Amino acid sequence: MILTLHDYWSERGCVILQPYDMEMGAGTFHPATTLRALGPDSWNAAFVQPCRRPTDGRYGENPNRLQHYYQYQVILKPSPADLQDLYLGSLAAIGVDMAKHDIRFVEDDWESPTLGAWGLGWEVWCDGMEVTQFTYFQQMGGYDMKPVAGELTYGLERLAMYIQDVDNVYDLRFNDAGVSYGDVFLENEKQMSTWNFEVADTETLFDAFRKAAAECERCLEAKLPIPAYEQAIKASHTFNLLQARGVISVAERQAYMGRVRDLAKGACGAWMEKNGWAA
Amino acid sequence: MTDFLLELRSEEIPARMQAGARENLAKLFAAELAKAGLSAGEIVTYAGPRRLALIAKGLPSATEAVSEEVKGPRASAPPQALEGFLRKTGLTREQLTERDGVLFAITERLGRATAEVLAEAIPAIVRAFPWPKSMRWGAESASTESMRWVRPLHAIVALFGGDVVPFEIAGITSGNVTRGHRFHAPAEIVLTGADTYVEQLRAAKVLVDQDERAAIIRARAAALAAEAGLELVEDEGLVAENAGLTEWPVPLLGRFDEAYLDVPPEVIQLTARVNQKYFVCRSADGKLANAFVCTANIEASDGGAKIVEGNGKVLAARLSDARFFYETDLKTKLDDLRPKLEKIVFHEKLGTVADKVERVAKLARWLVEEGIVTESPSRRREGLGEGRAPSDVASGTVPPPSQFQVNDAPHRSGHAGGMTDLKLASGGGELADLAERAAYLAKADLVTGMVGEFPELQGLMGGYYAAAQGEDPRVAEAVRDHYKPVGQGDDVPTAPVTVAVALAERLHTLAAFFEAGIEPTGSKDPFALRRAALGTLQLILTNGLRFRLRRVFEIVLANNRYGQTYLTEEPTLGKLLDFFADRLKVQQREAGVRHDLIDAVFALGGEDDLVRLLARVRALQAFVTTDDGTNLLAGYKRAANILKKEGVEGDQGWNAPTYTPEPAEADLIAALDAAEPKAAEAVQAEDFEAAMAALASLRAPIDRFFDDVTVNDADPAKRAARLALLARVRAAVHMVADFSRIEG
Repeated sequence: MILTLHDYWSERGCVILQPYDMEMGAGTFHPATTLRALGPDSWNAAFVQPCRRPTDGRYGENPNRLQHYYQYQVILKPSPADLQDLYLGSLAAIGVDMAKHDIRFVEDDWESPTLGAWGLGWEVWCDGMEVTQFTYFQQMGGYDMKPVAGELTYGLERLAMYIQDVDNVYDLRFNDAGVSYGDVFLENEKQMSTWNFEVADTETLFDAFRKAAAECERCLEAKLPIPAYEQAIKASHTFNLLQARGVISVAERQAYMGRVRDLAKGACGAWMEKNGWAA
Repeated sequence: MTDFLLELRSEEIPARMQAGARENLAKLFAAELAKAGLSAGEIVTYAGPRRLALIAKGLPSATEAVSEEVKGPRASAPPQALEGFLRKTGLTREQLTERDGVLFAITERLGRATAEVLAEAIPAIVRAFPWPKSMRWGAESASTESMRWVRPLHAIVALFGGDVVPFEIAGITSGNVTRGHRFHAPAEIVLTGADTYVEQLRAAKVLVDQDERAAIIRARAAALAAEAGLELVEDEGLVAENAGLTEWPVPLLGRFDEAYLDVPPEVIQLTARVNQKYFVCRSADGKLANAFVCTANIEASDGGAKIVEGNGKVLAARLSDARFFYETDLKTKLDDLRPKLEKIVFHEKLGTVADKVERVAKLARWLVEEGIVTESPSRRREGLGEGRAPSDVASGTVPPPSQFQVNDAPHRSGHAGGMTDLKLASGGGELADLAERAAYLAKADLVTGMVGEFPELQGLMGGYYAAAQGEDPRVAEAVRDHYKPVGQGDDVPTAPVTVAVALAERLHTLAAFFEAGIEPTGSKDPFALRRAALGTLQLILTNGLRFRLRRVFEIVLANNRYGQTYLTEEPTLGKLLDFFADRLKVQQREAGVRHDLIDAVFALGGEDDLVRLLARVRALQAFVTTDDGTNLLAGYKRAANILKKEGVEGDQGWNAPTYTPEPAEADLIAALDAAEPKAAEAVQAEDFEAAMAALASLRAPIDRFFDDVTVNDADPAKRAARLALLARVRAAVHMVADFSRIEG
């Protein structure tokens, strides 16, 4: 399925990238999306990104919620006029029969408070299941998009469940040799859920957050937006872990999110500056 | 006369914005026509996910010719004046018209073709269209000035009769071509005109009329449920939303695993509705059935089998998640969630939710111990008009607030330290314990997983969890229902424990915010204090709760003492009581009570036992419509007018006349002597009907007095005595209400 999507989007002018080697909550955090979405240059890319969402962990007991899963991410700037058709074409390419399945574009305004970003679009439903997040970015890092980029984020496990017609993500066939998704990931989900929710040392995490934030600022001072952005990603994920541990109060939550947002905005601003783009 | 068709075809418009968009389109279009002096016979609008359309019927082909006249100088005016006018109008002397010695510039503006007007109007409407949220897109968006629409706009059809109205907006040229259903009829369709629009699209599997789509969903969903031997749980909000998500709605019925019916039915319904936009069904026994109805947007080649299967799986996953939250929540006692409540700020000036819970719990206990909330509130209602007013219990002297503040004994019916000298109607006992316990647990569910996921389940989940951990059913019920009533028309709790908690929370909230200086102003009421006051009124009136509002607020304010912005009690108290008086007036007016009667009772002042106050209003309302009432009112007004004219205010004191009164005068004195004590006694007993009946006995003597006796007698002693008599009449009537406020 990934190979089909690679072929499909590659034929349509996208560069095919590899996953970013850092823990992040969504493919949107990949610098190929966040940083490359800024500025006037055309940019078309597609890649797989593993995502970690500690609070979504269910100890392997939920048929489709996971704290670690894969997104397929496509970013097209400027957004092409036929983006919806291109997207539906990609669904057909991976085997979704639109004469039998009900595909719907349901309002979902996307906002990432930690990236200072927002956009309008939909969650795409296939028979009531959200399979893709479809967004026209309007702002990133607090900057207006000039021009607007279109972002498609496919939930790979969910799509695979459709295509393979299985009810439980752990029953997905990983290959034709009898290896299931559960064989590969079930134990990982159990252990990581336990760690995320119960075990992770909060002092270490608080410390990591502070260090990432400080390092980000140092990089900004050194006019190095890419490493600064990496530290912002690190701070964001550490914050998510702290959330899962339930040690951040509602009042503090806003403050932490504001901190991450400032770091991300700082990195985006430095990136704009480095490239000589006006806000 | 010609019809105009406009279709704005875009990517999927959010369902919730479609109705507003139709309204705005019609309004803006009519306004643009009006500017050009045009009006349509009828304007119809349609909205769906992919198109917003308008049909204007009966437009003329051109606007009417207008002749415009500008008055100039007199023909005899000096040449400078003429030159100035010619410059201004850009005309020559020969082009001016002379009338009665004055020059006029007359410009004939020819009628404009309607199509031309439309070609300017539509782009103006599209550019200025007020979407709640709009966006930029595509290569054009390199400039932030590029056009905005709710989602990318793809094509515009504009047909006046059969002809395209030509214009261009941001690279989109108007035409006559549209497309049908995304999957069933994606090819281009050439539209022929407004009259065939709906049918041409129907043939392309698009129902443009949202009402038709809604009707199909409503009828088909109900029919599917009936075929399965079930009953659809109707939900008009869902009908509209699904109509906004589909161009060709096809309801389908599916099932989910019966095992999920362990999850509370409200949770299942909410998950199905909010996350999936499904209807749910009831079985014959009224219980939730393991069935749902989803609305597809296609006629699937397999009859919808795959769609139902897929939707069923998604719902199962959602329910599995809900069950995960439910079962996880059940593992923690509500008591143990307290540390989490300590982390939630209620309001920056007012501490945490845990602080609030503590205060409300104490207050709930106090309301019971004071006899304000009792085991059987209904007995209180019957008590009205039967002699001793139970409110006396709570209207005694104000105790030092510290008594309430520091008392933490579990059972306080004895009231060491003299909380009040009066014997309590109810000692509190078990009911007080239950009320305190329920209030203590009432907010714990705010930090459960389930309420985190579905905030609208607050209270409800707390009730389930309280029951599950073995709380008294009355406590669980109070935890569940204490948010009620949430508005006019909502159920008002009557179970005593629930009433105590619901009342305590509202009294506390109102007092706390007023004390912090946060009051509703104009349309701004961010903490819903008006709703809290209305809820308090509903609780008091429905349950016949007897107490002096002023005194209770004194206690509540003393108990709150948040300390940070401590105001002196008096202004806060005054504001609170005024605020309640206003809310009560609004509430009674909405309930259809004559506002002049409410004013007549309020004008007496000092009444803050709301049950008694309204009993008075009700008795008055019944009385003023009777003959006795009308006549007494007339007599009263006559007396009051004379007193007003003579500048006699208030009670004059009464002495028997020193002269021999005229018979009618003597009769009135005798009638007053008889009626006053009766009325006073009846008022004391809160039997306002009887009080009014006693006053009604004054009617005939007053009439006769005015017929036979001259008030304005030459003898100053007689005049003074008669005015004093009239003042006595006025005072007697005021025992019940200030009749001068009554209209008629």
